Amino acid sequence: MARKQSRFGVSRRSFVGGAGALSVGLAGFPAILGAQAKAVKVGLIHPVTGFVAYNGQQSRLGATMAIEDVNKAGGVKSMGGAKLEALLGDSQSKVEVGVSEVEKMNEAGASAFIGCFQSPVGIAATQAAAKYNTPFLIDVGASDQLVRRGLKNVFRLKPGFGKCVDDGIAALGAINKGAGSPAKSAVIVHESGEFGTGTAKLLAGKLPSIGIEAKELIPHDNPTRSFDNIALRIRSMAPDIVMMSNYGNEYMLLARTLFQQKVELKGMFSVLGGGFNYKFVKDMPDVSQFMMDTNHWFNPRSEASQALKKRVEAGGALFTFEVYLSYTNVMLLADALERAQSADKEKLIAALAASTFKAELMPYGPTKFVDGQNEGGLPAVMQSLKGEIEVISPEQFASAKAVFPRPKFT
Amino acid sequence: MSRRAMLWCAAGLLVAILYPLLFGGPSLIARSNYAINVAFLILFAAFLGQSWNIAGGYAGQTSFGHVVFFGTGAYVSTILHVSHGWNPWLAWPVAIASGGLVGAIIGVLSFRAGLRGSYFALITLAFAEVFRIVANSIPQTRGGLGILIKADQRPENFQFRDPMWFYYLALVLCVIGLAIAWWLTRSRFGARLAAIRENEDAAMALGIDVFREKVRVLALSGAMCAAGGTVYAQKYLYLDPSIAFGVEKSVEMLLVSMIGGAGTIFGPLIGSGVLHLVGEITRDLGNVVPGIKNAQPLALIVYGLILVVIVAYLPDGLTGLLRRRR
Amino acid sequence: MSADIVFAGVVNGLMAGGVYVLVAVGLTLIYGVLHIINFAHGSLLMLAMYAVYFLFRKPLGLDPYAALPLVTAGAFAFAYLLYRGVIGRFAHGKDENILLITLGLSIVADNAALFFFTGDTQTIDVSYAGRFLQLGPALIPLPKLVSFLASLLICALLGLWMAFTDTGKAIRAVAKERQGARLVGIDVENIFAIAYGIGIACLGAAACLLMPFFYVSPSSGHAFVLIAFTTVVLGGMGSFAGALIGGLLIGIVESLGGLRFGEQLGQIAIPLVFILVLLLRPTGLFGGR
Repeated sequence: MARKQSRFGVSRRSFVGGAGALSVGLAGFPAILGAQAKAVKVGLIHPVTGFVAYNGQQSRLGATMAIEDVNKAGGVKSMGGAKLEALLGDSQSKVEVGVSEVEKMNEAGASAFIGCFQSPVGIAATQAAAKYNTPFLIDVGASDQLVRRGLKNVFRLKPGFGKCVDDGIAALGAINKGAGSPAKSAVIVHESGEFGTGTAKLLAGKLPSIGIEAKELIPHDNPTRSFDNIALRIRSMAPDIVMMSNYGNEYMLLARTLFQQKVELKGMFSVLGGGFNYKFVKDMPDVSQFMMDTNHWFNPRSEASQALKKRVEAGGALFTFEVYLSYTNVMLLADALERAQSADKEKLIAALAASTFKAELMPYGPTKFVDGQNEGGLPAVMQSLKGEIEVISPEQFASAKAVFPRPKFT
Repeated sequence: MSRRAMLWCAAGLLVAILYPLLFGGPSLIARSNYAINVAFLILFAAFLGQSWNIAGGYAGQTSFGHVVFFGTGAYVSTILHVSHGWNPWLAWPVAIASGGLVGAIIGVLSFRAGLRGSYFALITLAFAEVFRIVANSIPQTRGGLGILIKADQRPENFQFRDPMWFYYLALVLCVIGLAIAWWLTRSRFGARLAAIRENEDAAMALGIDVFREKVRVLALSGAMCAAGGTVYAQKYLYLDPSIAFGVEKSVEMLLVSMIGGAGTIFGPLIGSGVLHLVGEITRDLGNVVPGIKNAQPLALIVYGLILVVIVAYLPDGLTGLLRRRR
Repeated sequence: MSADIVFAGVVNGLMAGGVYVLVAVGLTLIYGVLHIINFAHGSLLMLAMYAVYFLFRKPLGLDPYAALPLVTAGAFAFAYLLYRGVIGRFAHGKDENILLITLGLSIVADNAALFFFTGDTQTIDVSYAGRFLQLGPALIPLPKLVSFLASLLICALLGLWMAFTDTGKAIRAVAKERQGARLVGIDVENIFAIAYGIGIACLGAAACLLMPFFYVSPSSGHAFVLIAFTTVVLGGMGSFAGALIGGLLIGIVESLGGLRFGEQLGQIAIPLVFILVLLLRPTGLFGGR
């Protein structure tokens, strides 16, 4: 590269300079990260700049906190107390950059990767890591194309959207039935990317099984500037339920528009609703009131999760799903390292594949990976009630009872 | 080209060919797929930049939507491969031809309407948007779900286990791009384009068929760019509408050429080299700053400032620096 | 589609178009005078929206409409200095360089916002956000009505100002004939900076009018850039009347296209109209030349 500059008649000085810059870039890298004796290096690849920077930063926060916790508790004991060391990467939401980070971290000695938030980046990055047989834990990334592709190095602890849709639909069916089946029809509003489209298609296919007709699927772009027209169409179709599957900003904007225009609905229900979090519920308690979401959620009855929540909030951050999913993935890795007694990639992958890790923070059963997907993962269904987020399903983790149908605007 | 310049070119090419030996397979220094990968990215972006440069630099037809050709190439070969079972090597020429065709169509439409300067630039942006939205909405592309190319890493399948081969592929493309640019500086076609760039009305008065030349150059540029699209799809094995037709790629193509020096043979390559190295080094910077949470944005702030500084002190692009030095 | 829905769609489109007008007016002014494409437009809009957000928050608690004069003036001063200190100075008189510099500044601004304000989405909650004007089948949210009316007013004021003040005349002179303006003693660099300042001041106003019904995050400004370019070209580069009519037209086309073809495919209406206008009438609806 820099060497190639000489080919078009660059002076000798800039040729040497360019080559120098390159070698600094390369050689400087391991030095920057400071090699600790015996440390197990974990590559964290998240989009911490760009369009979804917030989510990426939340993931990085969770993962780095977990690494600190593992180290404070004495590191990996079976490896003589080896510490975990984070290699921080930024995918910039770009596929190329994500892959580039994998290559770089591989050279810096990464024993495992955690990432990537966006599915397209994850698909390419896991592929790149597969070349080195390096385990890749998907902390966040909804697409079911991420796993079950025959890549032995990919593991996803959280349920994919297929599972989330199944569980969400089942819960909605139970809630609807419990209220005397007032809901008969739904409109699905979804973002037009991989995540929203995939979820919406699955939802539309499953809704009839609980006696609800999917009247229409309305896709929208990111960003969408105004939801007035979508509100108009929803009003004209008069569905009982609006289902939504979109990222944070559009989720909030759509919810706010429907609330402000007083569109009468029996309920609003999302699966993996990107904007359903503490900030939304606190900032807009009226808008969010009675909205329901199926999502990754921590187990509210677990002391560990409550303690972590306090710590995260004390640091001025929100306890969003990225934080505890990334945290939990580091713990999953630490557990596998403990059993593998080595950072050897073969052994580590074997340990992960055989993992029965109990995710303390999550409402999950014991881990069981099938083709890289954990079968023990479980989404929860939440409802916003009076500025709080309550778990309404599954029952053994519930902190409140669902309010459905919601009261009419008066 | 002077004998000295030719010598330099030969030496540079030799280094480029030997480069993987330093970091790749036999690894004389240290095996580093990272170094290979960065070199790939530089050459690849340089090639895409060159495709922009052919139209934007040499013929003065600045485009903001060059990604429309990139995405066309990527989608055509991927759909033929994944949905119709074509071998990607066979699909590649079709993809290249499609890029050329799209270039010709956009050219005929816009140049017939007499669009120039920023009007032309903006209409290409609009075409890219149309393609993105269509790709998002039709079943053939699987819309927003994207297309996953099955990993089957065999050379006959246009997939390589060793990133070194993608590097060589990009090198070949890059050299072809340079050769085309060089040809433009020597051929009558290139001279006609230069005349159009400098003064379209005067070129017309000289008897140049301005419309035809502009359509031809856009078709050539589009075909080159589409060739890159297929390579991208085969390397990353996944394609969705915003990857294929997102505005960022258009900006990158224009950026590497303009920073390097639009309308020069080596401009895109120099621009791509510098911008990627700056990008790679600043990305690490985010991790060096101690005690600051989320320092990563600082890296891009530095990147943006460097961009401004380059323009401020090298108004003719980086190649302008070389010319001044001589 | 029933007549009711079409009517409501047109009204919604007009309201959305009002916002596009505001963002595009600044862009068209900058283009008309400087003949440059301001790549930093979205980022500067984002910065102005953050200004509105921080003014609204405690302890200041300034209503976005009350903050309008302040934000507008601040945006003008900031942009004037930015032009004199960076853009004009480093451009060396080449339009391509302005494009690159504004691109670089946009990267800096987006990431500075990310660094200082985090990537979190921020909204403001004003008491009048949920009020409505009912117009037959259409519901018009009060803040959208305000922004619509304000955009008409701002266009009118700018047009009058350009027509009747000395600075306005000087701007028009520079836009028409740089060299000539220089010869008659106009400080062209200063006029450039003023035009840039006013263009960005329009963004300041747009930010105040937008915040009651939109949100701000480091990338939120870009949501309006493409559409603003479309508006500018559709209306004719440099024409206020064009930006006004163009913005409203695009709002309506987008709205009806969305209703007819779905929000996703309906988006295609915007670039398609843009392409057709350029092909059939390359100077835009109101462009001279």
